[in-house]
Amino acid sequence: MNQDVKTTDTVPVAPPPPSRLRTFLASDIVYSWQRQPVVIIATLVTLTMFAGALFAPWIAPQNPFDPRQLELIDAFTPPLTTSDFTGNFYLLGSDSQGRDVFSAILYGSRISLLVGFAAVLFALALGTALGLMAGFRGGWRDALIMRIADVQLTFPSILMALLIFGVIRGFLPRSMHAEVAIIVLIVAIGLSDWVQYARAVRGATMVEKGKEYVQAARVIGLPDHRILFQHILPNVMRPVLVIGTIGLALAIIAEATLSFLGVGMPATQPSLGTLIRVGQDYMFSGEWWILLFPGVALLLLALSVNLLGDWLRDVLNPKLR
Amino acid sequence: MSRIQPIQTGSRQTGPSPTAESGEVLLEATDLARHFDVSRPWLNRVLERAEKLTLKAVDGVSFTIRRGETVALVGESGCGKSTVARLIVGLYGLTRGRLIFDGQDISDLARRSGRQSAAIRQRFQMIFQDPYASLNPLWRVGTIIGEPLRFFRPEMSGADRRRRVGELLEQVGMSPADALRYPHEFSGGQRQRISIARALANEPEFMVCDEPTSALDVSVQAQILNLMKDLQQQYGLTYLFISHDMAVVKHMADRIAVMYLGRIAEIAPADQLFATPHHPYSRMLLAAVPSLEGEGRERTMIEGEVPNPVHPPSGCAFHPRCPYAEARCRAEVPLMIARSDGSEVACHAVEEGRIGP
Repeated sequence: MNQDVKTTDTVPVAPPPPSRLRTFLASDIVYSWQRQPVVIIATLVTLTMFAGALFAPWIAPQNPFDPRQLELIDAFTPPLTTSDFTGNFYLLGSDSQGRDVFSAILYGSRISLLVGFAAVLFALALGTALGLMAGFRGGWRDALIMRIADVQLTFPSILMALLIFGVIRGFLPRSMHAEVAIIVLIVAIGLSDWVQYARAVRGATMVEKGKEYVQAARVIGLPDHRILFQHILPNVMRPVLVIGTIGLALAIIAEATLSFLGVGMPATQPSLGTLIRVGQDYMFSGEWWILLFPGVALLLLALSVNLLGDWLRDVLNPKLR
Repeated sequence: MSRIQPIQTGSRQTGPSPTAESGEVLLEATDLARHFDVSRPWLNRVLERAEKLTLKAVDGVSFTIRRGETVALVGESGCGKSTVARLIVGLYGLTRGRLIFDGQDISDLARRSGRQSAAIRQRFQMIFQDPYASLNPLWRVGTIIGEPLRFFRPEMSGADRRRRVGELLEQVGMSPADALRYPHEFSGGQRQRISIARALANEPEFMVCDEPTSALDVSVQAQILNLMKDLQQQYGLTYLFISHDMAVVKHMADRIAVMYLGRIAEIAPADQLFATPHHPYSRMLLAAVPSLEGEGRERTMIEGEVPNPVHPPSGCAFHPRCPYAEARCRAEVPLMIARSDGSEVACHAVEEGRIGP
C-alpha cells in the first residue's frame, strides 16, 4: 500500500525543460508588460534614448565637444532651419556657439546616462556590501553602519552630493577639475545614495539568514563567505535591482541638478543639466529652443525610466499581486 | 572516506529493538543549557530601568542516544525541543553542558566552521520543519542535493556527483530528471524528500529531524515517515526525532524524552511510556491523544498553558498545572531518577510514591 501512495507523490518522467526564451515569453513579467500601454511606451522611449546616446557619434551631425566643428556664424539658428551661411541643417536649432542642439542632446544624454548608471552601480555595490555585513554579522557593525545611514538620511541627498562634490574637488588641483568632473560626479551621487540599498539589503539579509536553507548550509559547516555569497546574496538581489531602476532616474536627475547648479559637467562637455543651465539664459530673449529641447529630453528620459522602475517593482512584489 | 558502521538494527519493526538497547552510545548530552538574552536594547534598559532578561530555552538537559535507535523529543511548542536540536548540530553554541559524539567532544562545534570541523560535521545532518524554506529557491534541485558533496568531497568529479545525486533522488522515491528542476515546482512532500536526499548525500550516521512532517498533509506525513524508516534500516541511521505529534512519535521512536519548559520530565522506552506514563505531564499529553478505537472514557483535555520561560515557576516548572503539586514541588527542582522499569522521571510525587503506577 505504501508503494501505491508513493508513486502519486513522484513525478512521472519529466518532459524536457522548455527553452529559456520560451519560459521568459510565458512569464508573468511579459504578460504584465503586454497589458500596459504606458509601460510599452516607456520602454520604447527608454530604448530609443539609450540607443541615441550609445550611437551618438554615428547619428549626430556634429560633435559638440569638438570646437573645430562648431560654426559660430550659425549661432541661434531656429529649429528646422537650413543655415544661410554654411548650408547646415539644424533640426532642433543651434545655441550661442553655433552648436547643434540635437547633437548636443545626443552627446549630453550620453554623459547623463553614463553618470547615472555608474553612480547607481557604485551606490548599489557600496550599499549592498554594507547592508550584507550589517544584516549578516549584526552587533556593533550593524549599529555603526545603520546609524551612519540614519544620519546621512537627515540631509537631502542633493545637499549631500554637493558637499561630497565640494570636498573631493577641494583635494584636487584646479587644473584637473574639468578632466575628473565626471568621476567626481559619479562618486558624489553614489555616496549620497547608498543608504537605501543598504537598508533594503540589510532587511532582506536578516530575513534570509533565519531561513532554514541557510541553516542547512550551516549544519554542513559551509564557511560564512560561501553562505553569504552563494545563498544569501542572490536571494536579496531582487529588491535591490528594483530600487536600482528607480535609482537610475533619480541619479540622472541628481546629475542634471548638479550640472544645472554649475558644479557638475563643464560647458565644454555638456550633460543635459549643463545644456539646460546654458539654455535658460536665452529663454526670454526668443531663443526658446536652446532650453526647451534638452529639458524635454531630460523629462522623457527620467520619466520613462521611472515608470519602468515602478512597473518592475509592482510586478516583482508578490504582496501587490 | 569513513563509511558508516555496519547496520546494527535488524528488528526495527518490533518496537524497541534489543540491539539498540545494548548498542554503543553514539551521542551523549550532559546538562545541556542554552540561554538567550531577550533584554530590551541597552538604551531602553537604562531609560526604563528594566532588568536584563534571559530566556532559558534549554536548562539542564541530559540524555544519550545509542547507535541505530530513534530517540524522540516531545513536548508542547516553546518547550525547547528545537533548541536542543540546534545545539546538537552546532547551530547554537552551548551556554553550559557537554556534547560527546562517538567519543569526541563537540561542545564547541558552533564556533568551528569550514574545514576545521568537516570531519565531524559530515557524520551528521539535519532535516528541517518547513520544506518551503529549507531549499534555496534559486538553485536547481541537483545543485541543492549536491552541495554537501561539493564541500566534503571536492575531489569528486562533476559527472560522479551528478550520478550520486540521481541515485539519491531515486532513493527518496523521485526521478533523477528532477535534478534539473527548481524547488518551487514541487509539492511540500516532494520538497521534504529533496531535503532528505540532501541530508543523505554524504552518508551520515546520525540525523536530527526537527518536526520533519508537521508542515505536511496527513496523507503525505505517513509516506515521509515510512521513507525515513526504510532509510534507517538500509543505512543503520540513528535519529533524534523532534515532534509534538504523539501519534507520529509512537510510529517512529524507540525511546521518548518528554520535555517541559527547557527540561526533560521523563525518558522511557516508547512502549513503556505509552503503556504506563509516570510523570503527570506525560500522562496529560498521552491522555489528550485521540484514538480511533476510543478507550471508553472521556478524553482529558490539556489544561493550562506553558508558562512564560522568561519567568519560569519556582521549583518544578510543571507545578502550576500539576494536580499532585504540593509545597516541595513549589520549592525544589526535581532531579531525574531512574526507575526499575527502564524509565527516568523527574517528579517528586513519583519519587515519593504519591502517584500510583
